[in-house]
Amino acid sequence: MLPLSMFVSTRLVHLSPVDIAIIVFYFALVLTIGFYLRGRANTGEDFFMAGREMTAWVAGLSFLSANLGALELMGWAGSAYQYGILATHWYWIGAIPAMLFLALVMMPFYYISKTHSVPGYLKLRFGESSRALSAISFAFMTVLMSGVNMFAMAKVMQIVLGWDINFSIWVSSLTVGIYVALGGLRSAIFNEVLQFFLIWAGALLIPILGLYEAGGWTNLKVLIAQRASDQYVHLWSTLGTFAGNPMGINWVGIVFGLGAVISMGYWTTDFLVVQRILAAKDIRSAEMAPIIGAGLKMMVPLIVILPGLLGLAVLPMKLTGESGAAAAGLHSYNDVLPLMLARYCGPGLLGLGITALIAGFMSGMAGNVSAFTTVWTYDIYRPFINSKGSDHHYVNMGRWTTVIGVLVSVGTAYLVMQFASIMDYVQALFSFFIAPLFGTVVLGMLWKRATGPAGFWGLLCGTASSIGMWTWVKVDPTALRYVALSPNAKGLAQDMFQALWSFLVCVTVTVVVSYATKPKTDAELTGLVYGLTPVPSVGDLPFYEKPLFWAGIVAAVFVVLNIIFW
Amino acid sequence: MRDEGGVSIWFFIGISLLVNGILITGAGVWEVFHPPENPVVLFHLHANVWWGAILLLIGLGYCLQFSPGRKKS
Repeated sequence: MLPLSMFVSTRLVHLSPVDIAIIVFYFALVLTIGFYLRGRANTGEDFFMAGREMTAWVAGLSFLSANLGALELMGWAGSAYQYGILATHWYWIGAIPAMLFLALVMMPFYYISKTHSVPGYLKLRFGESSRALSAISFAFMTVLMSGVNMFAMAKVMQIVLGWDINFSIWVSSLTVGIYVALGGLRSAIFNEVLQFFLIWAGALLIPILGLYEAGGWTNLKVLIAQRASDQYVHLWSTLGTFAGNPMGINWVGIVFGLGAVISMGYWTTDFLVVQRILAAKDIRSAEMAPIIGAGLKMMVPLIVILPGLLGLAVLPMKLTGESGAAAAGLHSYNDVLPLMLARYCGPGLLGLGITALIAGFMSGMAGNVSAFTTVWTYDIYRPFINSKGSDHHYVNMGRWTTVIGVLVSVGTAYLVMQFASIMDYVQALFSFFIAPLFGTVVLGMLWKRATGPAGFWGLLCGTASSIGMWTWVKVDPTALRYVALSPNAKGLAQDMFQALWSFLVCVTVTVVVSYATKPKTDAELTGLVYGLTPVPSVGDLPFYEKPLFWAGIVAAVFVVLNIIFW
Repeated sequence: MRDEGGVSIWFFIGISLLVNGILITGAGVWEVFHPPENPVVLFHLHANVWWGAILLLIGLGYCLQFSPGRKKS
């Protein structure tokens, strides 16, 4: 029985016994899966790479689920309320081209190099220094991000359900810690697939009932135009200028900053998601997994963006920013998803919806923890601390690292509780590495002239430039007009342009240093660079089983959707 | 994915959807006969009855298809 002290009097929704039963059942099931899979995580290949035996569907769903965190769901639903349908760009142009690029161009290299991680590829291609820079920054940031997300989720549970913040932090993190430490990546992947289904089962009813209440899509657009502006329902037509849309961004930032750099960086080099694909059982599955993920990713706006838009149209109250909401006792933009949940979902459905949010949080955290464990063990501990351990020793190290990673995350969560501004810094820090890392990896794969020192210096200078721009705007907010090239630019535009410039700095430095240093021989680069590597074939398959065919279908749907919502 | 002699991930998903479906449908049917004082918006559609039933049927299908006792095809 739960102690009464874990509840506080103010809360957004009230759970019935059946809702509690659904949540408890969820926790019991994920722990059962962890214990069941314990016996199947005895070797390093099992624990860290799930035995490399995942089918395309399992790897694809896990790949998507690791990214589909609760904060992502609630945050982007809030952004849809705040900025309108423009938030969809983070799911379409900000994901689909990158996922298809990963599938068709980058995955064969990751896969045939048999690397355990993205830093592992950098070691093979550029040398130990690039791997060390990438691995240390990734491990450090991943575990901190996990803590930040944990705190944010506990805060959400406090606001929505009235749960004590310590209770939320410890129950959720210990559950994730147990099932990942027991079953390794396989357990994380199994649970992510389960969580994917629960997220959809719990969230899909909101747009269905919301559209029914609003009177369909056409009527919804009319309601939004009346309550906000016609700008809120156009995806591209308002992006000609920074001042012409609610987000304060233009098409250059969206196409090049988001589509060409940030999303490419995240979906192709962030080991948290790439690790799921590396666990695929063969090259065809490894290519199909991101394509399946892309097809499903295109549908995520149904359960994230549409509820935000529906909130704009049907909620009786006006939502506001986080600081304004706290001061005035109102609801913030980020509350839109729980508010819609409470609006339509009675007993049982409410429990499922809350379970979807918890599942989203836990899948994201498991992703962070399992990726951290692998990078720490294979890219930091083994090369720099103990290179002579047995396979059994590294598996044990992985289990302990999982526990330690969870504890450090919990520590970070409490640190954020004391100093809230840390959250902004950690989130900003994470973004510093993504864009330059993409520049380094993509040049390494596509350009054989790129040298080891160039990879290191390009990565370092790109990251330093990103930190420099962020600090500049922090110290002098008016500098945003220079970074984003417009006096009308707003916060999100800064992220896009900062990424674009840091990517260009990384590429420029890599090219210049490459021409000043000695290249590797072709023989050394075989298996690592396009043009010097026989790309493995998916086999002699009928056209409808080939990844290229399905990538074409996904790309076509992507184009059509963008035109429909232009 | 089905391991040698093991339980498929899809079976676990089936169990999850089946149990949730039973609980949600049960709660919905109860509400049909005992309407709440403060019903949710669109209560008259009884979403928990039909949504729960959909989950239940999908879960049942997965459980049968991927049951550990069923021979691998």
